[in-house]
This record gives sequence, C-alpha cells and structure tokens, in this order.
Amino acid sequence: MSLSIAFAALVASTVVWVLLVRRLTAKPWLTRGSTGALHEGGETLLPPQTIGLWTFLGVITSLFGLFIAAYHMRMVVGMQQGDWNHFPVPRLLWGNTFVLMLGSVAMEWARAAAERGELGRLRPRLLLGGLLTAAFLLGQLLAWRQVRGSEYFSPSNPAVAFFYLLTAVHGLHLLGGLAVWGRTIARLSAPRVKPLDISLTVGLCTVYWHYLLLVWLVLFGLMLST
Amino acid sequence: MAYVAIADRDHALHDPQSWVTKYIWSQDHKVIAIQYAITAILIGLVALGLSLVMRLQLGFPHTFSLIAPGDYLQAITMHGMIMVIYLLTALFLGGFGNYLIPLMCGARDMVFPYLNMLSYWVYLLAVLVLVAGFFIPGGPTGAGWTLYPPQAISNGTPGASWGIICMLVSLAIFIVAFTMGGLNYVTTVLQARCRGMTLMRMPLSVWGIFVATILGLLAFPALLVGAIMLLLDSVLGTSFFMPAVVSMGHAPTHNGGSPLLFQHLFWFFGHPEVYIVALPAFGIVSDLLSTHARRHIFGYRMMVWAILAIGCLSFVVWAHHMYVSGMNPYFGFFFATTTLIIAVPTALKVYNWVLTLWRGDIHLTVPMMFAIGFIFTFIHGGLTGLFLGNVTVDVPLSATYFVVAHFHMVMGVSPILVVFGAVYHWYPKMTGRMLNDTLGRIHFWITFLGVYSIYLPMHYLGILGVPRRYYAYTTADFPPSVQSLNAAITVAALIVATAQLVLLFNLVWSLFHGKPAGSNPWRATTLEWQTPDTPPKHGNWGARLPVVYRWAYDYSVPGAAEDFIPQNVPPSERAPAGHSHGGSV
Repeated sequence: MSLSIAFAALVASTVVWVLLVRRLTAKPWLTRGSTGALHEGGETLLPPQTIGLWTFLGVITSLFGLFIAAYHMRMVVGMQQGDWNHFPVPRLLWGNTFVLMLGSVAMEWARAAAERGELGRLRPRLLLGGLLTAAFLLGQLLAWRQVRGSEYFSPSNPAVAFFYLLTAVHGLHLLGGLAVWGRTIARLSAPRVKPLDISLTVGLCTVYWHYLLLVWLVLFGLMLST
Repeated sequence: MAYVAIADRDHALHDPQSWVTKYIWSQDHKVIAIQYAITAILIGLVALGLSLVMRLQLGFPHTFSLIAPGDYLQAITMHGMIMVIYLLTALFLGGFGNYLIPLMCGARDMVFPYLNMLSYWVYLLAVLVLVAGFFIPGGPTGAGWTLYPPQAISNGTPGASWGIICMLVSLAIFIVAFTMGGLNYVTTVLQARCRGMTLMRMPLSVWGIFVATILGLLAFPALLVGAIMLLLDSVLGTSFFMPAVVSMGHAPTHNGGSPLLFQHLFWFFGHPEVYIVALPAFGIVSDLLSTHARRHIFGYRMMVWAILAIGCLSFVVWAHHMYVSGMNPYFGFFFATTTLIIAVPTALKVYNWVLTLWRGDIHLTVPMMFAIGFIFTFIHGGLTGLFLGNVTVDVPLSATYFVVAHFHMVMGVSPILVVFGAVYHWYPKMTGRMLNDTLGRIHFWITFLGVYSIYLPMHYLGILGVPRRYYAYTTADFPPSVQSLNAAITVAALIVATAQLVLLFNLVWSLFHGKPAGSNPWRATTLEWQTPDTPPKHGNWGARLPVVYRWAYDYSVPGAAEDFIPQNVPPSERAPAGHSHGGSV
C-alpha cells in the first residue's frame, strides 16, 4: 500500500509541477502593473463547472484508490491467515458491464447531439443513457441476490464483504449521477431551454459516466483477478 | 469568456429576497463563513468544557467526583475529535476560507453558492449527529480520537454499541460537507480571481487555504473509507478490521480482520489533517506579520513553494504515528526520514517569518501579538516533533504526556493563536467595528502565558514516564511532585479557559460599542480592505470588480507617500488613492 500510495503521490506531484511551475516562478515584487491577461501565463477558458467536476473526480479517484489499497492489504492478510475465501463473481456482472458500456455510449451520442444543438435527438439519447444505467444498477442488485443465495455468502468472508462494499459505493456514485441526469431531463422539458447551457451539463454528465465506467472496469477486473 | 461570465456579471447572483434568505438560507459566502464560525466555536466550547472536566479529575482526583473512568475516556475522545475536525478544520476552511477567498481574490462570491450553502447545513447536521452521541444509551464512544479497532467496537469500551455509530456517521456526513465546500474553494481560487490577480499575487492566506483544501479533498476519503468499513464491522459483522477477539468472556464474532489496516487508513488521513489545519494558519500568520510589521513578507516565492512542498510531503509521513504498532525497520527508517525532510520547508517558513520582522516597523497590535505568540509556540511544538519523528525516541515517549504536550503545542495552541489573531485582525471588516484593545491584550497575555504554564510541565511529566489516557494515578507509581504538577496544570487550564470569556465578551460588546473601524483600519494592502462598503455588501464590489496591479505586500515602498500601496492601485499612483478608489474594470 505504502509503495502504491507513494507512487501515486509522486505522479500527482509531477502533474502539479508541470501544470503550475510556469506560473509559480514569477517574481511578483518585480512585476507591477496590469498583466494584460486575466491570469499571467495564459487564460483559463474552462467553465467553473468543468473545473469543479474534475476536482470531484480527483476526490473519487482518491476514494476508490484507497478502497482498492484496503482490498489489497486485507487480501494479503486474509490469505496469510486463511480467512480470505475466493468466490466466483456472478456471471451476471459481465452482462451488467456491457449494459453500463452501452449507457456510456448513449451518453456520448447525447453529448454529440447537444454540441450540435440538436435538441430533438438529444432527449431520446439522454433518456437511453440514463435508462441503461438504471438497468445496470438493477443488474447489480440481482447479482447481490445471487451472491446472497450462494454457498459462499458469509459476512465474515472479506472477499464477499468487499464485493458488496465496492459495488455499493460505485452504485451510489451512479445514483448521484442519475440525480443530475434527472434534473437535466427536466430542464430539457422546460419551454425556453438554452442549447449552450444544456450542452455543458450533458458534456459534464458524459465525462462523469465515462469515468464511472472506468472505475467499474477497474473494480470488476480487481474482483476477477483476485 | 467563462471567467468573466462568473466573476464580473453586473447583476449579483442569488440576491437575498427576505430575512431568511439573507441570514439563514443564505448563499452569500460571508454569511456562510459566519455561520460556520459560530457553529464551530459553539461546539469547540463543548470540547473545552470536556477538557476542563478531565483536568479537574487529573488535578484534584480526590476532591471532585465529576466523572467515572469510562466517562473520562469518552471525554478524551469527544474532546480530541471535536477540536481537530469540527472546530479547527471547520473554522479555518469553512470560516476563514469562505470569508477570505472571494474577498482576497476579488470575486463576488464562491462559484457554486448553492453548494456552499448546502455545505454549511450538512456540516451542521454532522455536528448534531455528533452531539446526539451524548444523549443515546451508553453515551458517546470512548475509543480515543483515533477510533482504533478492535477496542472501538468491542464490549467494555464506552459507547461501543451506539456511540461509535454516531461518531462514524457524523464523520461521514462531515466529509460530504467538506467536499461540497472544498470543491467551491478550489474552483473559486482557480476560476474567479479578478483581473491581474495572478497565482503569484495571491496573499499567502489564500495559498494556505487553497493547498489545505486540496489536501483535505484527497485525504478525507481515507477517513471515509475507514469509517464505512468500521461501521460495517460494527453493524453487519464483517471482518475488515476486527480480528478474532474473545471480549469480556464472549466468543469471537469476527475473524481475521486487520486492525493495522485501519491505522494506515486513519493516519493516511490523520497526518495531512495536521497540515489541513496548519497551512491556513501559516498563510494567515504570514499576512498578519507582514501587515503589522509594515514590511513585505520575506521570501514570498519560497513561502509559496514551501506550502506546496509541505502539502506533497504530508502524504508520505503518516506511519510515523504507528511506530509503536510495529513495522518493518526499513519502513520505520523511511518514515523517520520523510518526517525529518518535511521539517525543512516548515523551518524555512519560520525563518522567513522571523526575517519579515527583522528591521520591520513593528506595530504591537493585538493581532501582531498573537502572530508573534504563534511563532514561539510553533517552534516549541515543532522541535518536540523532531523528537517524536525518530523511532527510537518515539517508542518510549509515545504513550506519555510528552506526546500530549507536543501535539497540543503544535496542533492546538499554535493554530488557535492564529485564529485569535485573525479574529482581531478581520473583525473590523466583518462588523465595521474594532474589538476593544485593552481586553484583547488581557486576553493575549493570559492565554499566551497560560498555555505555557499548561504544556511546558507536561513535557516534564512525559519524560518522567507519566502515561497519557489514564483516569487516575496512585502515589506508588510516581513521586508526589507529579500530582502537584498536575494540580498546577489544572489551575492554569482553568485560568486560560476563563480568559476565553474575555474574548467572547469582547466579540459581543464591540459589536454594539466598539470604535468604528473605517474601511481599512490596519492600512493593509490586500483586496478585502479595499471594498466600497464595510462590512462588504452582497456581491462585495459594487458595480465593478477590482483590478490588481501588484502583489499583496507593497509595504514601506521607498518613495511612496504612505507605507502601504493596496493591490488595486495602478503603478502610476504611488500612494493609496483612497481605499476604495483603486483600479476597476
């Protein structure tokens, strides 16, 4: 854990360095007067919502990264002590994964429509993306039931406990996304909808969907490989 | 341009329509800041009361019978958690962060005001859930503020059934609140700075709060992960952390969990948490020293880099809190080394504060006295940190009062002195009135001398080997002088606590009877002192946003008519052209 976290910290520091070093070498006591630009070193054209979302994705990365580190550490201890009992993850998860991928594709289509200002096409695509995601969540609940009814189920088996924990936390993040999706659908139904505003919201939703798909693929791969 | 659309719109956002939307469901960053501050101070007073109960028990064990041994453990736990999370973190980031970031950056408000409002109310909910722990069967958890399993959820630990659940749920809610606020602080600093306010023209207060927020956003998830998993161990019988333990004669219900895993998660949050509190304090104290010494901050660029370096390094020192838990010697060596390395940028900051004072035109105002007091206490706390960062010294001292003395000096007293200094400094901007100077000086001297009277003897107790977390000692364990010292510490603690009433009285009295402050009573350069109205009105800047032409530390510039030039004064105007008549767009 310590090595992986140290590595992650190193990568993060490098990114921060590359992004900021140009701006942080200025000597402000020598440069008086207007800078001409909004921010010295280049203007930031990204909307605040985009910065906010990416910052939030950083928080999510930290959260799931730490869950994965905890999974790994507990597995190592459990395998030494013999209480980590592997269990075959339900095959249904493959289908769920496929559905979530379709959801992500639908959201991407929705984004393309939103960027072109095609509100007529946007609505069904957006609806499809959300419904596929809801179907994924339903599938996850069915997978829960399958594990619950299997011979492997035991709360004291950390492999099983982590299966429920990781899928639940991931699912909660998707539910949060669906709440924003629902608001976007409602805004689309408003009489005077502005294509530019909707385009930003749909774009951010799409990034979030792709990111959570990526997180799910990592989690699924982790559970399959251990 | 997205930036202008947010920062420079003529019509203010979320204009309050009624008293309720102005003062209760407010989306104004200044109101939210004050809501955060009042809530944090109130819950902090609860924690202060708990510490006094503990001190009375330790100082006069045969005179007072206020608490039983179990209550003592509960008081320790709640005192520690409240002070670190619900007071200091909330006050520095939710309070000062909310108030200062938009004003110092020249913005009208946070970029997500609704989320900002939600952040406060969710924080309040976290506090209420925490306080509910006092009223549930079994009382709050007595697991110690680190909440280590297995004892946190084992039979026999106070509050092991419901108290720990309240604590963990409250922490999870707090983290949600912090994330909402944190996203705002980071995005506002990155996106809503006014024209000319480059990163390297930002005051160090903003830098400290900004980097501390990033630390919090990355570190609090570790606490959330630990809290969720511990909650599941407690409620659903999972075995993430809980090993097979025969507890109070009961057969084990868990199997094979790893308590060390919890410690790693807790301290991966816990050590950055030190800097989540310290970095805003570092930034604020830099601004106080510079303003009241009428001198530019020494080594501004070095200070910024030191904040960034401390922020990065704070993620690779966590296991120095776990030396006594046992670890591979190579890991111990690694974490001892990183701990010593993080002392380098920290020491650089101390040198720069002292060098800022060197040959400055020092005004011994109350904020300045607190700032200088901070330098003293922080050096003392920092030096004992070097002791404890080394494995061989830490192991014998870890369970003693030396640790209590160390972290109270570095993590409790030092940031609180900065909080006091900041309150005296910015109260005139928040209310339009000055705090009473005489009362402020009385408050400072009693507090400053008092905290030394409390914590210096604790170092000595620690070196004698007096263990912490104990409810009572017998004279067979230690010489009678230990008890005398404990009694003296308790008396000092009572005096210091009473002195805080002077501040509270001053805050209320000055609100009505304080001397009118004017817009810039300290003749400071930073933007919050250049607002057209004091206290700043909704939207902060009137019709136009300020334009920044210089850094935040143009004090005593040779040739200038005054000894300060505000950030929004164009280069052609060498002297301040009225505090609210700087450049604007």
